[in-house]
Amino acid sequence: MLEGILIGLQTALSFQNLLLVVAGCLIGTFIGMLPGLGPMSIIAIMIPVAISMGDPSAALILLAGVYYGAIFGGSTSSILLNAPGVAGTVASSFDGYPMAQQGKAGKALTIAAIASFAGGTIGAILLMIFAPMLSSVALLFHSAEYFALMIVGMSAIAAFAGRGQVAKALLMTVFGLIMATVGEGALFNLPRFTMGIMDLQSGFGFVTLAMAMFALPEAIFLVLKPKNLGDSGGEIKELRITRAEARAIAPIIARQSVQGFFIGVLPGAGATIASFLGYAVERNIAPKHEQDEFGKGSIKGLAAPETANNAACTGSFVPLLTLGIPGSGTTAILLGALIALNVTPGPRLMIDEPQIFWAVIMSMFIGNLVLLILNLPLIPYIAKVLAIPRNYLIPFILFFTLMGAYIGQNNATELLLLVGFGVCGIALKFANYPLPPLLIGFILGGMMEDNFSRSMQLYGGMSFIWERPMTLGLLILAVSLVLLPGFRAMRARATG
Amino acid sequence: MALDRWIALIFLGICLTYGYTAWFTMDDGLAPFMRRNPVWPSTFPKVLSVFGSVAAFIILLGLEKGEEKIGEIDYRRLHEYKLGQALLLLGLMVVYALCLRPIGFLISTASFLLLGSFILGERKWHIMLLIALSATFVVWYLVQEVLGIYMRPLPAFIIALIGG
Repeated sequence: MLEGILIGLQTALSFQNLLLVVAGCLIGTFIGMLPGLGPMSIIAIMIPVAISMGDPSAALILLAGVYYGAIFGGSTSSILLNAPGVAGTVASSFDGYPMAQQGKAGKALTIAAIASFAGGTIGAILLMIFAPMLSSVALLFHSAEYFALMIVGMSAIAAFAGRGQVAKALLMTVFGLIMATVGEGALFNLPRFTMGIMDLQSGFGFVTLAMAMFALPEAIFLVLKPKNLGDSGGEIKELRITRAEARAIAPIIARQSVQGFFIGVLPGAGATIASFLGYAVERNIAPKHEQDEFGKGSIKGLAAPETANNAACTGSFVPLLTLGIPGSGTTAILLGALIALNVTPGPRLMIDEPQIFWAVIMSMFIGNLVLLILNLPLIPYIAKVLAIPRNYLIPFILFFTLMGAYIGQNNATELLLLVGFGVCGIALKFANYPLPPLLIGFILGGMMEDNFSRSMQLYGGMSFIWERPMTLGLLILAVSLVLLPGFRAMRARATG
Repeated sequence: MALDRWIALIFLGICLTYGYTAWFTMDDGLAPFMRRNPVWPSTFPKVLSVFGSVAAFIILLGLEKGEEKIGEIDYRRLHEYKLGQALLLLGLMVVYALCLRPIGFLISTASFLLLGSFILGERKWHIMLLIALSATFVVWYLVQEVLGIYMRPLPAFIIALIGG
């Protein structure tokens, strides 16, 4: 391994490759901030540039930098504008945006930067140590386990079920799942619930729904009841995190780096499930008084998904590099780029082309460090977005929500859907319905149904639940994640 | 009836319609070989329609005892807020959606940003113009020229006139 590390360092630390990491991180961060352009589209755009370089190590180093940068950029728009353009950063807006509203935008961005750095770095260490071993573990996960994993991810709804809100959170989740069934499913290839409308064949767009449920109602509420975004009036008062805060988030970062990485390793799981799961787990194991803070600007609620999504991004390289199986849409594009460069990822990559394997891992360390070094000093300037007068800022937020939906689908009908859903989102917000569960249901719905259907077909019914111990274990975990907070509250009441 | 119950009633209606489609009409066109499968395209929607209806009923009948919370904005006193501005901005978004293709990205976006600021009460035309025009051009350049995502910049007849 030491030899591999040295080979990797030699390649990754060459002047050209260092420049590529920096360029990749910068491009990814800036484009990732634009709602609608997730890592997948940015990497797709960058592929011709990467392939034209001809060197697979350099190409992969550039694309990996773009990947991390885009995830980081996506978090920034989630935190500052409540406009998550990428599913993996939706959970970051649950507490990041309330922090920005409380005038703690600088602190929120600092926590995001540190958590992302730690998640990515610890993930890279785990990748280095466990990559060959984990590829065989990932293969043990079948559709039944994935289905159970989605259920565990959905236990995040418990985090939004305040007093008298359980039914509302459940209804929102079910409605998100219902929306996910519109269009052609991957498994059946039959159009469902499209009402004969051609534009609905491919279903609703994620970005359209995310913008309509988060960014648009927020902007309209700012119009209805004018107030400054962030009560510091743009002055960045808090950028540093205190020692107590660092102590509070350290165990979360440690736990979520490991959990996020292992979820990322599973093909098909990825950053989105890792971030929701990270949020749900941390919320449910937190003491009662801290649980109530989740969703209102808790630093723990921000650190958990931020760490988990970056660690999962690193984890998703395990099946890609060791098995040649893309674990996510983004790594599928990376696989395409590698094949175009005449590199076949798989079990022999580490032996036949160690310089590529190790250079990618080393570039992950460098990329995460570059992101931290580049972004920490920029935070005061990035957070200044909130100081733009509302007369200018609100039209821009609305414009970016429209652009996000348009770029994602290249379809003007999507813009009308955005406004329609936005009006529904506003009404739901008036009536105190929690909106995140709707989006969680929508994001996980498609994957959940596919895995559920596959398991049903394989086992000829529901017997997969008790015939596969890992599935049963995950389902028990999901139930306990939902019930645990209620049980603890009951016990607290009983003890007075 | 409180707004959350009205919304639950609407959701119940949606769930029942959705459920009706899933339980009674969706499988009509299913090929015979698919009918032997343990799972049909309607299986998951059937489960969802039941869960959704139950949750909507619980809210509608007020079975879950929770304290009534007034959100950030009290919808019963909506007239006291800047409702006109909000409705105008939503209308402007619809107009933008309808105009984006026919009149092109540059004119529709610059007009949207300009009118958006105007609706919110801004009257410094020189600043508004400068910001709207420069932002429109920067975004168009970034999306079309750098990222290669096509967006027609001007109306078709002007592009034809200038030989684009």
